Amino acid sequence: MLCQECRRAEANIHIVKQVNGKQTEINLCEQCARKKEELDFTFEPQFSLHKLFTSMLNQGLIGAREEKEAAALQCPTCKLTFAQFGQIGRLGCGSCVGAFEERLKPLLRRIHAGSTHTGKVPARARIRVRRLRELDKLKEELQQKVQKEEFEDAALLRDQIRDMEQEMSTESKGEKE
Amino acid sequence: MKQVQFSLSRWMEGSGPDIDIVISSRVRAARNIAGHTFPCLAAADETAAVFNKVNSALGGKPGLASFTFWPMNKLSDLEKQSLVEKHLISLFLARESNNGALLLREDEALGVMINEEDHLRIQSILPGLQLEEAWSETDRLDDIIEEELEYAFDQKYGYLTACPTNIGTGIRASVMLHLPALIMNRQIGRIIGTLPQVGLTVRGLYGEGTEVIGNIVQVSNQVTLGQSEEEIISNLHSVVRQVIEQEQNARQALLDKERASLADKAWRALGLLRYAQVMSSREAIQLISDLRLGYDLGLIKTVDHKLLNELLVLIRPGCLQLLAKRELNDRERNLERPVQIKEALDRHRTKVDKGT
Ligand SMILES: [Zn+2]
Ligand SMILES: [Zn+2]
Repeated sequence: MLCQECRRAEANIHIVKQVNGKQTEINLCEQCARKKEELDFTFEPQFSLHKLFTSMLNQGLIGAREEKEAAALQCPTCKLTFAQFGQIGRLGCGSCVGAFEERLKPLLRRIHAGSTHTGKVPARARIRVRRLRELDKLKEELQQKVQKEEFEDAALLRDQIRDMEQEMSTESKGEKE
Repeated sequence: MKQVQFSLSRWMEGSGPDIDIVISSRVRAARNIAGHTFPCLAAADETAAVFNKVNSALGGKPGLASFTFWPMNKLSDLEKQSLVEKHLISLFLARESNNGALLLREDEALGVMINEEDHLRIQSILPGLQLEEAWSETDRLDDIIEEELEYAFDQKYGYLTACPTNIGTGIRASVMLHLPALIMNRQIGRIIGTLPQVGLTVRGLYGEGTEVIGNIVQVSNQVTLGQSEEEIISNLHSVVRQVIEQEQNARQALLDKERASLADKAWRALGLLRYAQVMSSREAIQLISDLRLGYDLGLIKTVDHKLLNELLVLIRPGCLQLLAKRELNDRERNLERPVQIKEALDRHRTKVDKGT
């Protein structure tokens, strides 16, 4: 058996570890085991997303039945594929969640207490969300004015919406630079 | 360039609520900067861009005057390892990060890891059971940073993180507990079995059988999505309170039954720590635990929590070599360890004798 840390030397040390009452066996070479003995006092997280992912895939919970289709899913921004995500257990960018949403849902349900964030909202997002809501309201009003053929009011609203949209797009450009 | 010194972090100072059982409380928040690939998938120029962006955004900020910026590539392996051993950075940041850095406040109670698994990991560590206080420190620094940098945030999924286990609040709250009595009377197994059912994770270093080395376990939240930060913190807090109560009861029962042998064990531990000539970290961590229990039960008075925490950290290889000011192999470390332990004990005794 090869050492699971360096994958080079023969594993002649077998450590049985308990995490959450479950036993896991770690097989290491002498050199890696010595390193590990000292470093494990650091309590690094050991939750194995990879294991959960693989078991859920095997149970057909995240699209094993249409495996090829699922594996070919790709994030348009960072180009990470769903298959790669399964291997590394990490998402590549802020767009990945949107790209893999349907496949991630069962996984997130298994790990977490709910499927929607209920905690802190960053101040910037707060402002943008508020303005987007305002914008939606104005657009709705515009529709009503047009239907009622109150064109003067409608024109005013249209200008207001255009100004707001312009303002928001230049702001977001400024942020990207 | 400044060098990392062996200094005491605020969590090591040893005063705080329930300090006889809770060694420290930590809250960490994972954050990513909008428009940048997460570190694990990013090319070197992208992690460098994030590094520079964070450095220039936070560098001159008045709210961050007492912080020092430590780029990982400017630190020696020993310096980095000593930071890991004091729980100020992760092993990942020390070993595997590209353009990784640490922004650390003077008292070492608040810091930010840059280019860890996520662009930013803001964390606060305080002594004793102070989860709410640690969250409010983290929360405030999060607000200050967010004035300068736009976060990757989704209305439905909250703070977007590299690992789906952190998505939502991005919060990992944890406490380090010293539970010698619950481990001695074997009730620990039952507790470890029930905690996952309430969304908590328990970790410790296990030896053969059910022995927990150093009697120290870490309890943390697993859930980050679907609960608010306050719910996560208060859930952990109330479970930890129950564990504290059980440990207190177990200690009392132990004291009633085996007072003399507990005192003997603590004094023997002190004797070995003071006079042994060769010592592994494994032996040292067990002796420190015995001594700590003796002190917490009022059976030995010549030490205190600050000294015990200092010992707990200085016996680790990185800190040990930093103190010795040279690199040491395994064998040399086992010789150096008793030297440094004795010096720390002597420093403490001098302080006590002077009445300070
Ligand atoms: Zn190896
Ligand atoms: Zn992506």
